[in-house]
Amino acid sequence: MKPKAPGLVESALFDRRTIAEIDRAATTGIYDIRGFGAKRKLPHFDDLLFLGASMSRYPLEGYREKCATDVTLGDRFAKRPVKIDIPITIAGMSFGALSANAKEALGRGANLMGTSTTTGDGGMTPEERGHSNKLVYQYLPSRYGMNPDDLRKADAIEIVLGQGAKPGGGGMLLGQKITDRVAQMRTLPKGVDQRSACRHPDWTGPDDLAIKVIELREITDWRVPIYMKIGATRTYYDVKLAVKAGADVIVLDGMQGGTAATQDVFIEHVGIPTLAAIPEAVQALQEMDMHRKVQLVVSGGIRNGADVAKCLAMGADAVSIGTAALIALGCNHPNYDDQYRDIGSAAGFYDDYHEGLCPAGISTQDPDLMSQLDPELGGRRLANYLQCITLEAQTIARACGKSHVLNLEPEDLVAVSVEAAAMARVPLAGTKWIPGWS
Amino acid sequence: MRNFDCDLHSVRELNQALHDVQSDGESFNVLNVKGQHALACGITHNINVSLQGHAGYYCAGMHQRGTVTVHGNVGVGVAENMMSGTVHVTGNASQSAGATAHGGLLIVDGDAAARCGISLKGGSIVVKGSVGHMSCFMAQAGTLVVCGDAGEALGDSLYETRIFVLGEVESLGAGCERKTSTAEDLSILSDLLAKAEIDIDPAQFAQYGSDKSLYNFSVDNAVLPEVSR
Ligand SMILES: Cc1cc2nc3c(=O)[nH]c(=O)nc-3n(C[C@H](O)[C@H](O)[C@H](O)COP(=O)(O)O)c2cc1C
Repeated sequence: MKPKAPGLVESALFDRRTIAEIDRAATTGIYDIRGFGAKRKLPHFDDLLFLGASMSRYPLEGYREKCATDVTLGDRFAKRPVKIDIPITIAGMSFGALSANAKEALGRGANLMGTSTTTGDGGMTPEERGHSNKLVYQYLPSRYGMNPDDLRKADAIEIVLGQGAKPGGGGMLLGQKITDRVAQMRTLPKGVDQRSACRHPDWTGPDDLAIKVIELREITDWRVPIYMKIGATRTYYDVKLAVKAGADVIVLDGMQGGTAATQDVFIEHVGIPTLAAIPEAVQALQEMDMHRKVQLVVSGGIRNGADVAKCLAMGADAVSIGTAALIALGCNHPNYDDQYRDIGSAAGFYDDYHEGLCPAGISTQDPDLMSQLDPELGGRRLANYLQCITLEAQTIARACGKSHVLNLEPEDLVAVSVEAAAMARVPLAGTKWIPGWS
Repeated sequence: MRNFDCDLHSVRELNQALHDVQSDGESFNVLNVKGQHALACGITHNINVSLQGHAGYYCAGMHQRGTVTVHGNVGVGVAENMMSGTVHVTGNASQSAGATAHGGLLIVDGDAAARCGISLKGGSIVVKGSVGHMSCFMAQAGTLVVCGDAGEALGDSLYETRIFVLGEVESLGAGCERKTSTAEDLSILSDLLAKAEIDIDPAQFAQYGSDKSLYNFSVDNAVLPEVSR
């Protein structure tokens, strides 16, 4: 190959990635569909730092002193609120998008750590219920597989209004993944490119939704809490309306949140960053005197214990993870690099969850591929990961002098960029300046 | 027959009584329902419930067995996500009647408003009057029978649902087309007409269904040729 001539300049506008995308569009005539979350760089939790205790604050002993992590979700109306041992839940991911083994592994891992998992588009499988001690049942616009018996088996109901990866958009599951079982669960012909509705079929606004919540409570005899999941956009208003409509728990998914499949243009260009959404939600809850009464669960790009601790310090009651849980199971693992390359990707880059070819056996319905994932081992790996990030969050909380991770507060945080300071509403490090607020 | 007076008891008490039924065959006569919401939802036993008066939203929601009869009109989402059994409305129904119903039979003696049978997943709906716009939007399976007219965009984005309309259709939605009824289609229709006690010749209904054009994305493959030198 000829060496690159010195002085050649790649356009920042039309860089090779842009050129490749224009070529892809010109070749296929259709938008790029993929899974995973936003890949662009955004202000995020890495732009925040904790102020550990020194003179003005008193730390707790790193390993021994109690720093509790238990959280109760949805105790506003429900007879049986959800009590979890760690402030980290497993987000809703559908059977169909994920293999049965992956769902089982998520359940096993969550059980080991005393937390909850969540169903997804397509309904509840018996395996999933069997392997999850605490299972949240999603109530989605598509209502695929929606069954009142399953509703009554659930430990909580999550009304999905949107997802961070695609607020305002429905779901899609392409024909490759519509096997007999998936087709039957969703009452669809095998092999169709299935689109999940973006609007609920039987309510249109918050006033109707309030009545829908009553119906769900009536059907379940007011036993279980009702969560509402929103994709982060006009978060301040959406949270207020969700609380007014009767939500016991708000699940707030920032734009970095993962997805099984949607248009790339949607993932990268719609919604606001998780960091910006949290203060809006907390402000809305505080103004309604509902902060800590209606719990806030935040998702969208949570990777480690520092991210968890930062979410909690900003006012969340718990976090939820999707992508990180799949990575713990083996998604994008270097061991599968050859197999990823065989399908035109590489370990660390794989995002074509919709194609159903996942060599790690996670986002597939192919029995051979699925057998790559041992649900027992996957469950252990997920539990290890959850344990690790919980320990990390506790380490930070103790250093800030907190005997419960929920005692972390915005005053424990500073930002290292002006953008993050403005969005998270914490001062730029070394200053008292919160851009836009002080 | 148990009488239940909604002037004396709450909707919560009514539904709890209906959920607490231990055996099939009981009948409930519910008085003074006065348009309240979520009445008689989540019934799991083979019981008969008569609601006297108009009902609000989500009446007989997620109905699983037995019969609910509303002697009056109903609000949004009557019999939404019904699984089996029968729900009968003697008056008119508001929007999204029978939405996402997986099974069972919903009969509306009057008209049903917009989005009747939206996302229908196997249930049957018979409307003796007309239905509003976007009826059977994204409907997947099951049957809608309309003895009057249908509003705009009937059957938009639909999958395998059968739609029969006796009167005029204002317009068809994307991916919906007129079909020729097979013997199987006609037998399904005549069975539903009989159950709803409608005496009309099935052959007079026009049938609509999916043209399958939206079943798969269309992807071209206009690859540039490899350059050789
Ligand atoms: C494979 C996959 C499938 C998903 N399926 C659903 C779903 O069915 N319903 C839903 O509300 N969200 C779904 N999500 C989004 C997650 O619930 C969650 O909002 C998101 O993954 C959180 O962001 P994170 O991936 O950065 O942790 C899915 C995400 C992934 C990665």
